[in-house]
Amino acid sequence: MLWNTLLLAVRAIRRNLMRSFLTILGVVIGVAAVITMVTLGNGATRSVSDQIASMGSNLIMVVPGQRFGPGSGGAANFKNADAQAIRSQIPSAEWVAPMSSKSATAVYQANNWSTVIYGSNNDYFPAGNWELAAGRDFADNEERSGKAVCVIGETVREKLFGRQNPVGSQIRIKQFSCEVIGLLKSKGQSAMGHDQDDVVVMPLRTVQRRLAGSQDVNRLMVSVRDSAAIDAVKKQLSLLMRERRAIGENEDDDFRVMDTRQIAEALTSTTKILTLLLGAVAAVSLLVGGIGIMNIMLVSVTERTREIGIRLAIGALEREVLLQFLIEAVVLSSIGGVTGLVLAMVASIALSSLMGIPYLFDPGINLLAFLFSAAIGVLFGFFPARRAARLNPIDALRHE
Amino acid sequence: MTASPLIRLTGITKIYGQGQALFQALKGIELTVEAGDFVAIMGPSGSGKSTAMNILGCLDTPSEGSYQFQGVAVETMDRNQRALVRRHFLGFVFQGFNLLARTTALENVELPLIYRGQKAVLRHAAARAALEQVGLKGWEQHTPAELSGGQQQRVAIARAIVTRPAVLLADEPTGNLDTKTSEEIMELLCTLNREQGITVLMVTHEPDMARYAKRIVRFVDGQVESDHANGRAA
Repeated sequence: MLWNTLLLAVRAIRRNLMRSFLTILGVVIGVAAVITMVTLGNGATRSVSDQIASMGSNLIMVVPGQRFGPGSGGAANFKNADAQAIRSQIPSAEWVAPMSSKSATAVYQANNWSTVIYGSNNDYFPAGNWELAAGRDFADNEERSGKAVCVIGETVREKLFGRQNPVGSQIRIKQFSCEVIGLLKSKGQSAMGHDQDDVVVMPLRTVQRRLAGSQDVNRLMVSVRDSAAIDAVKKQLSLLMRERRAIGENEDDDFRVMDTRQIAEALTSTTKILTLLLGAVAAVSLLVGGIGIMNIMLVSVTERTREIGIRLAIGALEREVLLQFLIEAVVLSSIGGVTGLVLAMVASIALSSLMGIPYLFDPGINLLAFLFSAAIGVLFGFFPARRAARLNPIDALRHE
Repeated sequence: MTASPLIRLTGITKIYGQGQALFQALKGIELTVEAGDFVAIMGPSGSGKSTAMNILGCLDTPSEGSYQFQGVAVETMDRNQRALVRRHFLGFVFQGFNLLARTTALENVELPLIYRGQKAVLRHAAARAALEQVGLKGWEQHTPAELSGGQQQRVAIARAIVTRPAVLLADEPTGNLDTKTSEEIMELLCTLNREQGITVLMVTHEPDMARYAKRIVRFVDGQVESDHANGRAA
């Protein structure tokens, strides 16, 4: 009986190609839309959290003044001695990188590129989550003597050297020539949208002497071993800096201590809203797909009711008719579901590469969307048929 | 004791609706049909002939009375049992043909055999043979939309006889056809009755078509008014 009914179902699908196609289309739209939206939302969330991680985890910034960003509002800069004090007095601080930055143009042969020069020490690399793609970091004597050496970012390499290996070459910055000793691994855009690879790193002393002309440090970057200790370390940093900068008990700080977690929280709340929004759009698509299926099925009820009447009259049992319609609905919904899954995968991969976010396959949402759309297809394919199959054959035959 | 007749209706009534809207379509029908007969049921509209036909075809149940088919009571059967009687013993031809749209003649004719669970090879052969018998050899792959009315009714007849039923029930089989085509269809029914021994029960309101039957039963107002052998066919 099953085999014969399967044959009847397949014939019915083939006979009504347009109706079958539209039913499948409804399921495809529902499945593909939901999966694509949620996959893109997941990818965006992951991309943001990746970017946060690339900033360096458990990172604390200490900047002069009360504002974050350039212009310290008159507050004094730090000194290298502040960094040493942190290192010796706050044991939870794993890496301490004093930073001094200056904009400058780097020149190699006929190419020149305007970039930011950071002066720091070797702690800068692990604290900022940088890895070296080639070459080495600073040697002790290079840091001490302020030798003209630098580690460059991927963007700078591309602008000055193209695909060439830059290590060992000399680039010119302002009036001095500087040896490239290392190349940083690419990190891409930051969560705030600027190119993190557009950077040249030199020993702190080199920048202070040759570019800034002062002993100032613009910023202190401190990374903490254990994220649970961040709040404690921030407090210690605050106290230490107040002491070193001789701020009275009733005076406000003239510096600011911030951690990456605060930035991360602000960004994740944004992507959560984004994912929610995408989910809502997807739910609407699912609904539209469902209504499409419903429409097709209702429009064809008259014809199908007569068909059921014919089948009953020539001796089909009610359950045979029902089984046929059930198989039909399941076959159409499954074809639609699988097509939707494939389409969603193609669309997600294409769109996420276009948007520069990672593609994450989420089996849960794939299964959910498939089952939900298939259920709609089966429901609307099956229930009108069930009503018709319960009619007297004569009434079904006369149905107008 | 004599063998049971093919069909015996005793005191069949059919009532539709209730209260003020109550309508008695059949008021105690007595009818016996022997195997091999060709009966034309005639009568004006509303005389109950189609209602009687539906009960005879196990498509509808009587309100009262007994219907014995080959000695077995049909009126007490449930839906599924009646469906099985239709599947194994009855063939239908309707006024409106009632073929499956966008389905080839061959597949339409095969349909009852699929419900009987017959193997594909036998099924194809039987369906082709039935189509050949109604004069549609070469039209197997045409859909109803590509066939004339007469050809569609031939496909319907092929579908009805492909299972070699005991009874062929035809409800106004020529109602939608022109005179010449009607005569061809009636000749076909006569041939099937004569050569295959299929019992034919036919409802019609056209005396010209009833001429082909062996026996004419006339319905008036839900009752059998007359029941006599047809002079021409006898």
